[in-house]
Amino acid sequence: MSLLVLLLIAALLAVVVLVLSAPLRAARRAPEPDTPERDELEVAREAKYREIRDAEMDYRTGKLSREDYEAVDGALRAEALEILNRLEG
Amino acid sequence: MADLGRACLLLALAVCVYGIGASLYGVRRRRPEFSESGRRAVYALAGILTVAFVVLEVAFLRNDFAFNTVADTSSRTTPAFYRAAAVWSSQEGSLLLWAWLLSLWASLAVFLTRRRMRDVAAYATAILLGFGGFFISLMVFYATPFATTRPAPVEGVGLDPLLRFPTMMIHPPMLYSGYTLCTIPLAFGMGALLARRVDAEWIRAIRRFAFAAWLFLGLGILLGARWSYSELGWGGYWGWDAVENASLMPWLTGTAFLHSLMIQEKRGMLKVWNVSLVLATGTLAIMGTFLVRSGILNSIHAFGGATLGVPFVVLIGVLIAGSIYLVVSRREMLRSEHRLDSLLSRESIFLANNLVLVGLCFVIFWGTYFPLISEALTGREASVGPPWFDRYTVPLALVLVLLSGIGPVIAWRRATWANARRHFLAPAGVALLTLIALLAAGVQEKPFAIAMFCCGAFVFASIGGEFFRGVRARRAMAHEAVPVALLSLVRRNRRRYGGYIVHIGMAVLFIGVAASSSFQHASELGLSPGQSARVGAYSIRYVRPTATITPKYDAAHTGSTLSLGAVLDVTKHGRHVATLLPSEGYYASEEASQGTVGSLIGGQPVSHVSMDAGLSRDVWTAIEPDIETPTLQKIVSVGNRTLPPEDAVVAIGYLARSYLQHPPQAQFHFIVSPLVMWIWVGGLIVFGGGLIAIWPAPSAVRRRVRMRLRARAAHGLARA
Repeated sequence: MSLLVLLLIAALLAVVVLVLSAPLRAARRAPEPDTPERDELEVAREAKYREIRDAEMDYRTGKLSREDYEAVDGALRAEALEILNRLEG
Repeated sequence: MADLGRACLLLALAVCVYGIGASLYGVRRRRPEFSESGRRAVYALAGILTVAFVVLEVAFLRNDFAFNTVADTSSRTTPAFYRAAAVWSSQEGSLLLWAWLLSLWASLAVFLTRRRMRDVAAYATAILLGFGGFFISLMVFYATPFATTRPAPVEGVGLDPLLRFPTMMIHPPMLYSGYTLCTIPLAFGMGALLARRVDAEWIRAIRRFAFAAWLFLGLGILLGARWSYSELGWGGYWGWDAVENASLMPWLTGTAFLHSLMIQEKRGMLKVWNVSLVLATGTLAIMGTFLVRSGILNSIHAFGGATLGVPFVVLIGVLIAGSIYLVVSRREMLRSEHRLDSLLSRESIFLANNLVLVGLCFVIFWGTYFPLISEALTGREASVGPPWFDRYTVPLALVLVLLSGIGPVIAWRRATWANARRHFLAPAGVALLTLIALLAAGVQEKPFAIAMFCCGAFVFASIGGEFFRGVRARRAMAHEAVPVALLSLVRRNRRRYGGYIVHIGMAVLFIGVAASSSFQHASELGLSPGQSARVGAYSIRYVRPTATITPKYDAAHTGSTLSLGAVLDVTKHGRHVATLLPSEGYYASEEASQGTVGSLIGGQPVSHVSMDAGLSRDVWTAIEPDIETPTLQKIVSVGNRTLPPEDAVVAIGYLARSYLQHPPQAQFHFIVSPLVMWIWVGGLIVFGGGLIAIWPAPSAVRRRVRMRLRARAAHGLARA
């Protein structure tokens, strides 16, 4: 094994150790806490917005009658508002 | 530098072990700094394996034959492009490619999820590092790409002639990207189950990776089919080969998942189904890798060398057992939030589509693994061939294409029969007109092909109608010109219209498959120069023979010592259609018993097909020259007796000249296939549609849409 290869291996090892140990060596500070409920609500909000747009698209392209669209749209908007209220609550 | 490569593998293995431990410790003991360190282990793994890959790549490019894998798969006469790609033509190099690609995709996945669902991500990190550690262990203990021989050989064996084809070199990275991307959703799915956070967030996190896996796998499959058609001498693009099937199965379950995840996103339904699909897709991807690496089934892809079957079987067993345990033990939290509102809804169509796709996968799984199961049960090996696969997959494919035309026209949640009838009338009419036109044109045999043409026509009309209605709606709202309205429509609804384009592409592809497989004319012809023969409406005349010698004169850079071929003139109704130049390449072997001259051409001959491709048909031919004539064999045997190795190529020159002067009758495989081009065109359309569907909208647009919808939601309820 040549000296160059040895130095390269040593350098690689040093970089790896530095990278892996950095979080352990950093000053102890509390990371942002996970907010699973909020994250889930944000995902649900995006999905609900997408549903509202899809329903509108379905109506405008004639797949839903006006009565069906109004019923579905009303339900979706109610669900969306509930999600928004829970996000702000 | 081989020492550097070996050190990289050992360091990578250590990093994997550390990363698994740190991630699990961090999530179980709520020590986020350890989870973060585990996540960085993935980045470190990517860096280390990049160094290892570069070491091996440089060895190939520099013709360092001290590396066994370089000596076994490359040579000084191998063109630079093929040398660079030859890294993954060996067992060992392909394992390194697999591990490297996994580390890159895993790095991207853990980076994108670094601030969300940390507990799920920590488990996923451990699982991904587990996969990485498995493949690196194979390289460390079974098949190292950095094994060396001293003193180094002067010359290498060279690349397998079958692989000297550009698409074949790109095919493995595409396929492996697909396989490795399949492990991302699997890892996050398992992570969600382990962390007991089976909400919609993990689905959203892995959606693009699942789509990317589907795209890359599909592209890899298409490239493989193209290679088979353009390079192998049998004239087909799909033979239900075990390794072909192994890549198709995760693609099918991945397709099912991409549809059913929309139902979970919208309605909170099919949670058990979706997580099972994700786990199955990842497991099938590992099983696909197992089939190629272990040589356990007969296949053109089978790699020689030591079997890695046992470690793979253990890994697959752990994956299956672990998946079943996790899904069963978490089934209570996977309950659906809603039920189907109506059988006449897009949800129902997607469910039917899922059942067909999984059914297809099951049929192919059974037919592929049947030899193993049979041997295990009876002690005798058995196999099923293309007719068996066609019998079950063709009807299912018909249903699939039909559903791809029905789904876009049905609304989410509920649709009315009146609306459905109105929207199906035109597509059904188009399908009926197609049937009448085909029957009137005399196309009456091959009912499945006719059914596929009609289903394809139905899909075009159905989705064409969707685009028409969408553009009309867009113009009514925004008063845009038609082209602008079309662009706006697609840009604002990428998922929907990108998906529609994918459906069109699949219909085009299936039409190409149906036409080319059902209405193909194929013949075996024995011709001497000047002779002609008829194949269907085509007349083929053998104009003259061709012969080229040594790699530097071989314009196709195939590395063949000798290439014998023919010039064929193809006409139809007296009109010139094409000039074809098929040839057969003869390569050097290492069999000293063949003699100095015989060994220059004694390797596996490879057919170089010639074709005239067109929108309506391909004219394809391959040649099998007769090199066993007494005259030609006499040249070889005299050369073996009298010529030293350094002059043996002189005899090859005599052989070529004799072939040109007194060409024996050659065998030609001649095929006319209608609409083959549309298979590749359809694949490109699928790929384009997939890119549109997966492309993210600009963040500013997303914010505007979100604000507008928020206002609408509030306004509507205030009014109520």
